[in-house]
Amino acid sequence: MDDLIADFTAECREMLEALGGEIVAWEASPDDRARLDNIFRFVHTVKGNCGFFDFPRLEALSHAAEDALADCRAGRRTPDHALVSAVLGVIDRIGEMIAAIEANEEFSAGGDEALITALEPGAVVTAAPADPAHKGAVVAPRTIRLSVELLDRVMSGVSDMVLARNELARRLRESTGDVTVDGAFERLSGIIAEMRDAITRTRMQRIENLFVALPRMVRDLSGDLGKQVLVDIEGGDVELDREMIEMIRDPLTHIIRNAVDHGIETPALRRKAGKREIGMLSVSARQSGNQILIDIVDDGTGIDGARLVEKAIAGGVLTKDEAAALTPREQLALIFEAGLSTASQVTAISGRGVGMDVVRSNVERIGGIVEVDSAVGRGTRMTLRVPLTLTIIPALTVSIGTQHFAIPRAAIEEIVRANGSSVTLERIGGAGIATIRGRRVPEISLADVLGLTSTMTDLERTLVVLKPAGGDLFALAVDRIHDHEELVVKPAAPAVMATGLYAGTTLADDGSPILLFDPSGLALAGGIRLEMQERAGRVVEGPAVAAAVDVPVLLFRGLDGARRALYLGVVDRIEEVPAEAVRHGAGRLRVQLGESILPLAGVAPDSVLEGKVRLFRLNDGEREIGFAFSEVIDLMAIDHDVIPAAVPGQVSGVSLIGGEPAELLDAHWLFAEHLGTSVRASARLVCRLPSDDPWMQNMLRPIVEAAGYLVVGEHDELIADLVIRSDGQAVTSTGNARVLTLAADPDAATGEGRIYRYDRAGLMLALKATNQGSGG
Amino acid sequence: MNQLLLIVTVAGSRVALPAARVDSVVELDALSPVPRAAAHVAGLSALRSRVLTVIDCQRSLELGSTDSTGPREAAVVEVEGHHYALTVDAVEDVVEALSDPVPVRAAMGSGWERVGLGMIETEEGPLLLIDIDALIAGPPSDRAAA
Repeated sequence: MDDLIADFTAECREMLEALGGEIVAWEASPDDRARLDNIFRFVHTVKGNCGFFDFPRLEALSHAAEDALADCRAGRRTPDHALVSAVLGVIDRIGEMIAAIEANEEFSAGGDEALITALEPGAVVTAAPADPAHKGAVVAPRTIRLSVELLDRVMSGVSDMVLARNELARRLRESTGDVTVDGAFERLSGIIAEMRDAITRTRMQRIENLFVALPRMVRDLSGDLGKQVLVDIEGGDVELDREMIEMIRDPLTHIIRNAVDHGIETPALRRKAGKREIGMLSVSARQSGNQILIDIVDDGTGIDGARLVEKAIAGGVLTKDEAAALTPREQLALIFEAGLSTASQVTAISGRGVGMDVVRSNVERIGGIVEVDSAVGRGTRMTLRVPLTLTIIPALTVSIGTQHFAIPRAAIEEIVRANGSSVTLERIGGAGIATIRGRRVPEISLADVLGLTSTMTDLERTLVVLKPAGGDLFALAVDRIHDHEELVVKPAAPAVMATGLYAGTTLADDGSPILLFDPSGLALAGGIRLEMQERAGRVVEGPAVAAAVDVPVLLFRGLDGARRALYLGVVDRIEEVPAEAVRHGAGRLRVQLGESILPLAGVAPDSVLEGKVRLFRLNDGEREIGFAFSEVIDLMAIDHDVIPAAVPGQVSGVSLIGGEPAELLDAHWLFAEHLGTSVRASARLVCRLPSDDPWMQNMLRPIVEAAGYLVVGEHDELIADLVIRSDGQAVTSTGNARVLTLAADPDAATGEGRIYRYDRAGLMLALKATNQGSGG
Repeated sequence: MNQLLLIVTVAGSRVALPAARVDSVVELDALSPVPRAAAHVAGLSALRSRVLTVIDCQRSLELGSTDSTGPREAAVVEVEGHHYALTVDAVEDVVEALSDPVPVRAAMGSGWERVGLGMIETEEGPLLLIDIDALIAGPPSDRAAA
């Protein structure tokens, strides 16, 4: 928005400057029509822009001046000295206001009315003198306007300069190094880089600048038409050439006007058609290779191809024979023919049959395409494809074998190592699936896609997670990642572009050509279904949010040699006892540890223990059991989904830990089983934990579960016996449940339902109190 | 007719290229292949900070591929803003055309048939005038595959 205001003030200031002479000339000869027109145009522009920016005072002033001047233009009034003075007063005031807006100051109130009344015929001239204090405050902003053509020349000069620098760098590397030359070259290099950045920025603009005006426009339009339209805008961060933005402004506006006017029905009609009363209009921009795609989708009536054909025949655009041969798509494309409109009545907004043909010619003039797709009764999708004159783009260089390629950085989500702890690769029906922190994304190997040989195994590679324009994530396995570089990209020859894999070519610093990939093209070549992945990927995404925070587990090998894991939270300490300390007593295996005897788990019924036995001392906060093991492997984190066990037992599930599957022990079950029936007999109590709180889910949940609770989230319908919340979190409905508040700060713990969250004993006590109070 | 012709050897045959279309004759050294591109696209090379798309003329004529080791001579041409290097066995001379191209009535190989514009008389005897655009476009099967 600030950008737009800056544009507006810049434009006004410029017009004011240009107008300076005109005003004086007009004062000398008020009958001069050309001068009058220029001044009129200025106030008209100001008025139009003010409506959008919500500067009511500017608008009132310019509106009044516009009215007075319009009367002059229409010959209803002869400009006299009084009017000229009044208009000048208004223009001066506008200038001051604009200066104030630029300086971000409040403009002193009052005085406008006098100026406005002065414009009325026969008014006495009382134009307020300009406030000298304000005049002084005006700082001339240092901007100029340049023709895009000049910028183009500078841009292409800079591009060539960069390439020349790269070549020079190479030659310097080859020759024997002279430190002074190198130093000078470094400096030159830095200056060129800086200049390139600056010049790039002058040309690129976020498409947001274009989109920001749309909601207001749609609101006004739909208001005028008695419709309800919800606008959904996406992809405002797509950058494209400043000039390109200007060129698509009108076509885009026109398409949106059409969509609101003809596409979306009135609420009554929509109800009748079984749709929501509010029409949806979505405008989204994305980059696809070297094009920008702007989709304008409405869920309105759609375009009736058959009716278009009828109109075209009636209008003499088509003969009957030609019409019969048209495909449905071609029928729809008829809306781009001059003089055709399906609107049955001409409205003020659109429907005069001038429009879509102009839209198309405007878009084609800049090398773009307009596509239309529509289903009667369901809506219309218009797609604007415009080239993106991306000359310099940031990219990541990667390699397969000895060959280098570049990937546009904008498409890169993240880079992970295939053998990293949070990544696993699986083959499903021959297709690669990478699981990256619980999220499953299709994986393709760049070597396979390109048919290149690579000596690396899958696990040695690096995965570049890409999000191509218009699609969902996929992982690309490459041999090596090299560097982030800003590359001067030029379009490649048609024979190269025909592969669909590349967006262009560039030269690396060493002067060798590098191909820049088009991520969507890669995905297509790799056989990835982008549309389908979109949904499948989301499903996995949900639970992955909680899993993204690692849960610490102790990975160990059991006496039977199996890889197992226990939540670290339940392991109190590790003990070593002689085999004789383990005995059968009172119907189960027990271990003597000092003065106490604990039930022992983890030992197969008929196994014979010899020598020393190592065991974990598991603690549920009150009672302890032992769990025998042979060796501790490591302290690890669970970063994968846990696949639950089919039947309840000592193992609650399996998960990949450290790249290999491990059984996750169910501490709750162990306690329940080995401490007798007291815990199990009671109906399982229900504890409600905030499901979006990772700490609660990962740290607290195992403990609560170990204490015998069934843990549910906020949205579960089970009646909770205990609700645990963190300090400061609102509790919606607790029913009869006890509420336990956990404070992150030890000092905030006041006891009585409010405890410090690492006060394990207090926590256990609270859990137990509820347990006995309502369940036991 | 005093059109200038560049005589080059492609796949062992001496042919003529319209000299006006040829920017320069260069020696290519490093070549970066373009995976998945049509077979006659040998790769990319750089010349004076420009990317050249290297066309293997022998493959374009479906007469096998040029030996890809060592430096190769190539004629650089510009078509629609893109620079191409046409690999040739050897570049010989520039001569003046003594006639307009006339259709070759003898049966040529299908590749030559496709890129040939006709027979042209020179001091060095009759030569086949090559259509550079057709050479760059490559065999139709390639185009379908690409």
